[in-house]
Amino acid sequence: MMKFDRPAERNPIDDQTVVGQPTSRIDGALKTTGQARYAYEQHDVVPDQTYGYLVGAGIARGRIRAIDSRAARDLPGVIEVITWENAGDVTYPGGGTPDYLAGPEIQHYHQAVALVVAESFEAARDGAFLLEISYDRAPGRYALPSLAEGDWPAPDEAREGLEPVDSDTVGDFEAAFAAAPVRIEQRYQTSHESHAMMEPHATIAHWADGRLTLWTATQMVGWAQRSLARLFGIEKSDVRVIAPYVGGGFGAKLAIQSDAVLAAMAARKVGRPVKVALTRPMVMNNTTHRSATLQRVRLGAERDGRLTAIAHQGISGNLAEGRHEPAVSQTKLLYAGANRLTAMHMAILDLPKASDMRAPGEAPGLMALEVAMDELAEALGMDPVELRIRNDTQSDPADPERPFSERHLVECLRTGAERFGWSERSTTPGTRRDGDWLLGMGMAAGYRDNLVRQSAARIRLEQDGSLTVETDMTDIGTGSYTILAQTAAEMLGVPLGRVAVRLGDSDFPLSVGSGGQWGANNATAGLYAACVRLRAMICEMLQMPEAEAQFADGAVTGAGRRVELAELVRDEAISAEDRIEYGDLDETHQQATFAAHFVEAAVNAWTGEVRLRRMLSVCDAGRILNPKTARSQVIGSMTMGIGSALMEELAVDAGAGFFVNHDLAGYEVPVHADLPEQEVIFLDHPDAFSSPMKAKGVGELGLCGVGAAIANALYNATGIRLREYPLTLDGMLERLPPLAPPGP
Amino acid sequence: MKAFSYERARSPQQAAAVVAANPEARFIAGGTNLIDLMKLQIEAPRHLVDVQDLDLHRIEAKEDGGLRIGALVSNTALATDERIRRDYGAVARAIMAGASGQLRNKATTAGNLLQRTRCPYFYDTAQRCNKRAPGSGCAAIEGFSRGLGVIGTSEHCIATYPGDMAVALRLFETVVETVDAEGAVRMIPLAEFHRLPGTTPERDTVLEQGEFITAVHLGPPPEGRQFYQKVRDRASYAFALVSVAALLRPDGTGRVAFGGVAPRPWRVEEAEELLPQGARAVTDRAFRDARPTAGNAFKLPLATRTLAYVMAQAKG
Ligand SMILES: Cc1cc2nc3c(=O)[nH]c(=O)nc-3n(C[C@H](O)[C@H](O)[C@H](O)COP(=O)(O)OP(=O)(O)OC[C@H]3O[C@@H](n4cnc5c(N)ncnc54)[C@H](O)[C@@H]3O)c2cc1C
Ligand code: SF4
Repeated sequence: MMKFDRPAERNPIDDQTVVGQPTSRIDGALKTTGQARYAYEQHDVVPDQTYGYLVGAGIARGRIRAIDSRAARDLPGVIEVITWENAGDVTYPGGGTPDYLAGPEIQHYHQAVALVVAESFEAARDGAFLLEISYDRAPGRYALPSLAEGDWPAPDEAREGLEPVDSDTVGDFEAAFAAAPVRIEQRYQTSHESHAMMEPHATIAHWADGRLTLWTATQMVGWAQRSLARLFGIEKSDVRVIAPYVGGGFGAKLAIQSDAVLAAMAARKVGRPVKVALTRPMVMNNTTHRSATLQRVRLGAERDGRLTAIAHQGISGNLAEGRHEPAVSQTKLLYAGANRLTAMHMAILDLPKASDMRAPGEAPGLMALEVAMDELAEALGMDPVELRIRNDTQSDPADPERPFSERHLVECLRTGAERFGWSERSTTPGTRRDGDWLLGMGMAAGYRDNLVRQSAARIRLEQDGSLTVETDMTDIGTGSYTILAQTAAEMLGVPLGRVAVRLGDSDFPLSVGSGGQWGANNATAGLYAACVRLRAMICEMLQMPEAEAQFADGAVTGAGRRVELAELVRDEAISAEDRIEYGDLDETHQQATFAAHFVEAAVNAWTGEVRLRRMLSVCDAGRILNPKTARSQVIGSMTMGIGSALMEELAVDAGAGFFVNHDLAGYEVPVHADLPEQEVIFLDHPDAFSSPMKAKGVGELGLCGVGAAIANALYNATGIRLREYPLTLDGMLERLPPLAPPGP
Repeated sequence: MKAFSYERARSPQQAAAVVAANPEARFIAGGTNLIDLMKLQIEAPRHLVDVQDLDLHRIEAKEDGGLRIGALVSNTALATDERIRRDYGAVARAIMAGASGQLRNKATTAGNLLQRTRCPYFYDTAQRCNKRAPGSGCAAIEGFSRGLGVIGTSEHCIATYPGDMAVALRLFETVVETVDAEGAVRMIPLAEFHRLPGTTPERDTVLEQGEFITAVHLGPPPEGRQFYQKVRDRASYAFALVSVAALLRPDGTGRVAFGGVAPRPWRVEEAEELLPQGARAVTDRAFRDARPTAGNAFKLPLATRTLAYVMAQAKG
């Protein structure tokens, strides 16, 4: 085990001969040619596969009265109908996670009530429609509270169906706010969102000799293995999870979902492998989503722009015992200011389970905070970039003794303003025009914590001098394969093309997995540890002092000798495994990533349609391991930010209690025609406190603040301040330039 | 999808006869709407008559100066036809504003007219929907209705006809030509083709079971500039919140049809007479009897502003 408890010193990664280069994905060709097999496509890994089709509850709350499956069972090809009555023993986790198979109680709409297993997908689907299910409905709560103006629960105040979950104070906010010469108080609303990753949840499950094997779409192989072992009451070592390719996740595949559990249940029952993929209309209510939020921001400042009082309160929804969307967390750390208050409440709702989605907390939180900052800048008559620079802090505002490890937000802001041509922004909203289009610019700061977690990997020097990397790390389209190969190539001095990377198998060492933008830094750091061990083993074999050994060009040189790595291997490959673990550097130092986002938007003066013209994100996220894959992460995030700001909303039927627009025709995500010119600039400031890689996460940072920058650009274009996302044209129509002759 | 039998039509009349004789039979053309609905068992035909081999792929000039468009002309072929682009530009633009390239390649002229609503409750078989399951009720009226109709609706259904092409076709003297099992030809003005829901929202059009569309006739190209302006939340690949098809003459007169607002392309001749008085006068009249929900009332000012936008373009 390598313990990382002191800032990294110079190491081979700093050479950046391979790491830090804009290498194309090593798995790219496999994907573009269809050779990369995703879970549902593993047709030949085990014979005799059957198909499961999941049936979701048609009510949001209540009880199943009866399920009549006779017609389904009579259908040719149908093998079994799994319901709560015959599924066999399982132990559900509870604690805010609804049962994977409902019965008799229904906890949310489209909670699974049955799985029809058949010889073909078509028979299973047809059988599903033949089930006759009757319910007793029960009332439920489906909307966040509507609070009257002036009413907001005090930080620790509990109300019926509304629980205080987290609050934090520094200094005396109320007194400072009352005394502040310039004040802003506003409320904002963000919408329920669906991850809408390309590959829906899918699994093939197979039992043999009491052991369960799953080919599944998961971000976290280790979590999936542990969860399944608990569910079925077996040893972790009796569960094997295989997920070499995963078609996106955005948090939707952090925890296992009904596809995995029902496939495993059904396979146990029918004694054959069962494959289950959720259809898109099922994904949105059956699995998880990001909760909508209500947010209240109060900012008090001196006339020179220095913040003296910052309060950010929020309400999100979830099933009882579920977790909240921590929308106020970044507000503890983004700006200086002596008096602070942050508080979250959770409304108990009977909607499907809310859970993590890309940048949980920061993504919706910054959509409020960073619009409030724009409103404050206007109230101060100050440039929004300047306001943020003035309130920069190099330490935790709650604990000045705790510095940021690296923080270059000001450089992000200045670089971005310069490169974007921010000085051309009109300071009077609604005054720039291009024909029928109102033009405006907006910006916002971005913030996302950097999380360090242990991660292990194995590296093997093969007989031919090539390297094989093995770890249960996943590549969910992010580029893990590539940056791991780059890390191994750099550490052992082997060309990139001589490194094979094998991922996503619970038989491999346990990694950090993909999520929370922690994957890249920690997984490569775990591999770094394994590489250090392999280097030591090689030096020991050669009796070569480690300090003198140089690994380059497929050979090790030192103490007057040069040995080809291929010559070292006799009968058996040389294998090294290790794990990185972290000390308290993330406690002594606040580790985070920063961004400045700039947007130019056009709003049609007649219809209120929004078309973005340019976007720029400047990111400070430690060493950028691969500028090409990192850039694609940020561009993807910016695109997701367009969705959150302008169109994405799971619309709730507040009577029936479900997300109505549950397919990709109704739930609109951005298409190419929505995307403007998108530019990304990375400030390359390695962070010695984060890991030996000196890298940090970037996959979520790109989303943090984008929505607010868009909202601010719309305001600058139109003079209309929208505070309820998505910012669709209905909110603008009445306030666009009037139609009276000669027209707008 | 229920198991179904399948045959390929040999002639329009033969196809009509098969479908007329079997209430559980349907024609299938491009299949881009019907197959989606079959997967969800919103439609569950037991027999399909595939009409793609029929000789209905041509666009022919008519003696009166108009065009006869074969029922199987693809949306792409229609939108790129030289005569359509020159004389019926609004139709070309409406088609190109819809769906995606792949879908337009497959979709046919007749199928496009007959595409079913996009009401989200219609798509969820656990929900009440009079159009899908007559008599079950309408979940949308009290529910999420942002995309649904504001006029021509009833207390039984507030769904819209979602398509674009038919809205533009309303600007011209458009007539739908059909044939029935006996070979009788019927000429149905497009104005009367789509039904208002009333108490029977399950019937979208006036077609009888087995009545087969053979062609769509366009009257001679009229004077004036043509427009199709489609407004939606994202820039492409979405159905209209509101669309405006317009034919505007230099003297300020013209024709206007609205999409995304009603169970059929919405054209009110008396409203068009008010064009010289400006957009608001037209929409005030065209939407005089509107009954929007709280969730879709914005479509009324949006229709006014979109028409004003189009009229400004005509001047500019
Ligand atoms: C993702 C998506 C997005 C879309 N976006 C848009 C959009 O923005 N705007 C838009 O206007 N449309 C849009 N569409 C709808 C598309 O235009 C229709 O699906 C298409 O036009 C249907 O044509 P088809 O030939 O495939 O019809 P089919 O699916 O084959 O048939 C549709 C119906 O017509 C009947 N039918 C077909 N031919 C005949 C005939 N000759 N006589 C009698 N009955 C017949 C069939 O029985 C069936 O009931 C979209 C569709 C999809 C899937
Ligand atoms: S509006 Fe019409 S289509 Fe929609 S649910 Fe009501 S009846 Fe069905």
